[in-house]
Amino acid sequence: MTNPVQPQACEILSVKKESRHEWTFRVATDAKPAHGQFMQLSIPMIGEAPISVSAQGDGWLEFTIRSVGKVTNVIFEKEAGDTLFLRGPYGKGWPVEQFRDKHLVVITGGTGLAPVRSMLNMLAADPGFAKSVHLISGFKNEDGIVFHSELEAWKEKFSTIYALDNDAKEGWRTGLVTTFVKEIPLDSFDGDYAVVVVGPPPMMKFTGLELMNHGVDAEKVWMSFERKMSCAVGKCGHCRIDEVYVCLDGPVFPYTVARDLVD
Amino acid sequence: MGYSLNAVQAEAVLQALKQNYSVYAPKRFPKQGRYSDTDVIRYAEVEHYEDIVWQVKSDYPAKEVLTPIQQAIFYFTEDEYRASKGPKKPILILARPCDINAQHVQAKIYAGNGGYTDLYYERMREKVKFALMECNGGDDTCFCVSMGTNKTDDYSLALKFSDEGVQVQVTDEAFAPYFEGMPQAGYTPAFVEENELKVTVPDLDDKAVRLALKSHPMWKEFDGRCISCGACTVACSTCTCFTTRDVIYGDNPEVGERRRITASCQIAGFDQMAGQREFRSTAGERMRYKVLHKFHDYKARFGEGHMCVGCGRCTHRCPELISISATVNKVNAAVNEIKAGLAQQ
Repeated sequence: MTNPVQPQACEILSVKKESRHEWTFRVATDAKPAHGQFMQLSIPMIGEAPISVSAQGDGWLEFTIRSVGKVTNVIFEKEAGDTLFLRGPYGKGWPVEQFRDKHLVVITGGTGLAPVRSMLNMLAADPGFAKSVHLISGFKNEDGIVFHSELEAWKEKFSTIYALDNDAKEGWRTGLVTTFVKEIPLDSFDGDYAVVVVGPPPMMKFTGLELMNHGVDAEKVWMSFERKMSCAVGKCGHCRIDEVYVCLDGPVFPYTVARDLVD
Repeated sequence: MGYSLNAVQAEAVLQALKQNYSVYAPKRFPKQGRYSDTDVIRYAEVEHYEDIVWQVKSDYPAKEVLTPIQQAIFYFTEDEYRASKGPKKPILILARPCDINAQHVQAKIYAGNGGYTDLYYERMREKVKFALMECNGGDDTCFCVSMGTNKTDDYSLALKFSDEGVQVQVTDEAFAPYFEGMPQAGYTPAFVEENELKVTVPDLDDKAVRLALKSHPMWKEFDGRCISCGACTVACSTCTCFTTRDVIYGDNPEVGERRRITASCQIAGFDQMAGQREFRSTAGERMRYKVLHKFHDYKARFGEGHMCVGCGRCTHRCPELISISATVNKVNAAVNEIKAGLAQQ
């Protein structure tokens, strides 16, 4: 009998500081997650946490982790050559094939950029995949900005709006991401589009409402959820909402499902 | 094949069974109840026939044998997680129909949900056979008939206890040798046909009704009554939720075990992620989450019956005297009110 919660030891290849609180760990593994899937990271003595895959390449995956919890704080003491334990990938990622040849709008809040980063990198490398890509990325403040070099590079590839919630920054806008929904050239899409939203729960809720206010078709919107999990395989119950398990049926949900889920 | 045994004969059979099986049954633990001078009745391995408590319903469910309050799932060193070993001996559990039916519910989650089978549950379940304890009707918190869990055919032995001894039906040939030479007497188990308590499960198929119910003021009552202690979920025959926790041995921080520990959606922090707010921060919201799982969400996902088996243990154990059947009745009243409101629109 196989054990679906068996962690595997993996070597840390590099550690990159994205911001004061967010670091990216590149880990050696042969796992091949779909864009938007997540893995369970564990550290002996501490426990496990679900972390989305923020980039991937041949023989490695990246995880961008915020130092907020018991598990994640200990990860911050690790360096290249140390061991992390991984299992996964788990869950349903972005329906990438449904985005092919469409205008794609990606709206992120804070570290919510991590679960779409690998897909954005794919779209940047393959400009013919989508008709156009519109990226709206908001961060609380300058300290919270992650993936600096990619944000710069994506300006060349995508139509971008970068914003800080309250602060001013040169070349950036000021305001919540919901403020910029009206700037999406929806009329020019001729109905041929998809919208991806990921960030903290209130940001996703209000972005969803704002999209609906602007006549966006609910069936063309996708969101990624983050919930507490112990097992990631539908047993521990922590991530269940109504009859849905975020670990199994998500983390990516169509908005038509996401909007009616009540925690 | 049927038998009728007196206490001495039953003890002989039990001792023979114990050679090959770990035998679990409700057992009395004197003075361990929650009030002074009270006992607790919970599942444990029984040494003697007289240890078996059959007169009353156990305070805690049979699930504790299959999914213990805590268990080691891995032993770790700095570079390896090694899975713990499962039980070696087959297990015989004496249980009433509600507890046996509860295992079909736990199995839906542990051994099927999402296509993943939980190693720790499955290796235990494979070892388990049930000896049905004919139920004399339970107590005034029971409503198994309403939930359709009063009957089962998942048993190897059926037992009817009385002060005189025990009547036995052997349905699994593997158990026949243990009864060789014992006095034969025909016996077929009877099932409870009516409880004092009857519960009507609300019809929540309509999404608009369900959404309205979630924000209905009825749940606010529990903000004042429920103390979020989790006693109901520990006593529940079907609650499966757990958290994993790593524990180190002594002073060496590089050697330890990963434990699976029962978790409760009724206790603060169940849904809380590091550095974030709780999604359900009030007792009322947590109660709504639990009640709708037991009487709607589970069935919506897995089909067949509801998650609640009507054992009444949550009502029995609640220190605030919150009754699950009364709560379901309140849900029914709220649903009727919501439906009437929707019809007027």
